[in-house]
Amino acid sequence: MGIIIDNLDLWGDALWGTLVLFFAGAAIALVLGLIVGAMRVSPVPIARAVGTVYVNVVRNTPLTLLFFFFAFGVPLLVGTRVDFLALGIWALGLYTATYVAETIRSGINTVPVGQAEAARALGLTFSQVMTLIVLPQASRSVIPPMMSVLIALLKNTTVAAGFSVLNLGSIRAYLSERGENALGVLLWVMVIFIVLVLLLGWLQRWLEIRWKVTR
Amino acid sequence: MRKFRTIASVGIATAALLALTACNSGSPGSTGGDGDDSSTEDLWEVATDVDLQDSPTYDDMVARDGVVIGVKEDQPGLGYLDPATNERSGFDIDIARWLAASLGFDDDQITFEAIPSANREQAIINGDIDYYVGTYSITDARKEQINFAGPYFVTGQGLLVAADNDTIESDADLTSDVTVCSATGSTPIQNIKDNYDAQTEEFDTYSQCVEALKSGQVDAVTTDEAILIGYAAQEPENLKVVGETFSEERYGIGLPKGDTALTEYFNTVLTDGGDTWQAIFDKNLGASGVTTTQPEVDPVD
Repeated sequence: MGIIIDNLDLWGDALWGTLVLFFAGAAIALVLGLIVGAMRVSPVPIARAVGTVYVNVVRNTPLTLLFFFFAFGVPLLVGTRVDFLALGIWALGLYTATYVAETIRSGINTVPVGQAEAARALGLTFSQVMTLIVLPQASRSVIPPMMSVLIALLKNTTVAAGFSVLNLGSIRAYLSERGENALGVLLWVMVIFIVLVLLLGWLQRWLEIRWKVTR
Repeated sequence: MRKFRTIASVGIATAALLALTACNSGSPGSTGGDGDDSSTEDLWEVATDVDLQDSPTYDDMVARDGVVIGVKEDQPGLGYLDPATNERSGFDIDIARWLAASLGFDDDQITFEAIPSANREQAIINGDIDYYVGTYSITDARKEQINFAGPYFVTGQGLLVAADNDTIESDADLTSDVTVCSATGSTPIQNIKDNYDAQTEEFDTYSQCVEALKSGQVDAVTTDEAILIGYAAQEPENLKVVGETFSEERYGIGLPKGDTALTEYFNTVLTDGGDTWQAIFDKNLGASGVTTTQPEVDPVD
């Protein structure tokens, strides 16, 4: 407990860093993932191609390499100085968006095709079919896999520790310097992550019950 | 049209990959020393009649007929592993070899382990290594977990900037519009946070900071000047060391806590070494133009 109490300042900053990475990264991932998921099932061939290339390139690249590209490559490309926290958020968001897109696509596939056909027969446009008919039904079945994606995102935030973003993944290096036992620090980091993930698991249960439908 | 798009996206992907690999080219080449790479054996002799009692660490070394030494491998001139030749060189490496020789182990009985800064105490506590020689500053917090022999070298915090930077000339220029980089959580970066207005960035290794410096993401890299000189010597057209040192770092040899016998033995070797220390310094860091003398060792607590 001394490891926490004697270094409260650092634990607070580190937890804040993890939460900012998680929530900002999740916001980008969910919005972009929804768009890309829709592109992958859209009737426009170019949209489908772009979505497929994006998912297959980014999802197949190791996250550390993406971070490397964002931390050292992007500033060179844009020619100005970019905040490393922003770069880390974008790396996490763009990476996780591919998983979100595939999760949403699998959810869309659970909606019987007759639903979309019926909606189209009524004269609804593609975006109306998606937002009014398909996605509301798909969202129910994607809650458990989507929560797994978010949990993975939460744990992936620690990769940012190597790229100048203070979070729970980097706190061990700081506390080693202050003379704390490294294994003790890692045990506390583990406890905090378990608590955070349990909270997400609780959110999942709550959403499942709230959006339950009888089929 | 579809075909063209596929080709275009493959091109973009290739460009991204090339950018990635280009970014990863930041490892410095070897500075070596000036001249004799042939052997260090003439600087010291391997002891034959070692009489060292009550040292569990030494007993372990004898039992396995070899010594395991923790070192750095990304610091030119201090602790460096040449990826091409697989040879280790540097001031710290030679000090480590000299101490091993004083215990009766020659070079082929030494195993070097590269341990990052943040893992050093744990590696010593776990017994992964017998002792650590690698820009290891003696601090009171660390002394609670391990023993230190030495100091064998005294340096201080310095600044590395781009060669064409003429606004940063000393630590007095570290104002709030300056961004400084160092290793994650290290003492130098905490010193900047506590005592200067400058903004900070932190990476696992100094090589990554130097990379960020070259790409313009940071204005300066800070750590012990001895390390910075090594990088500046690599690329004098891109990098330079500026100003006076603004702290005092005393490098020691990290040993398992409580092994007083071995700590005192190392201190005696350093103190009675005669010209050996100076010869090791001249061989590895003499080319930088910096001159210094061997510091006196601390008494063992």
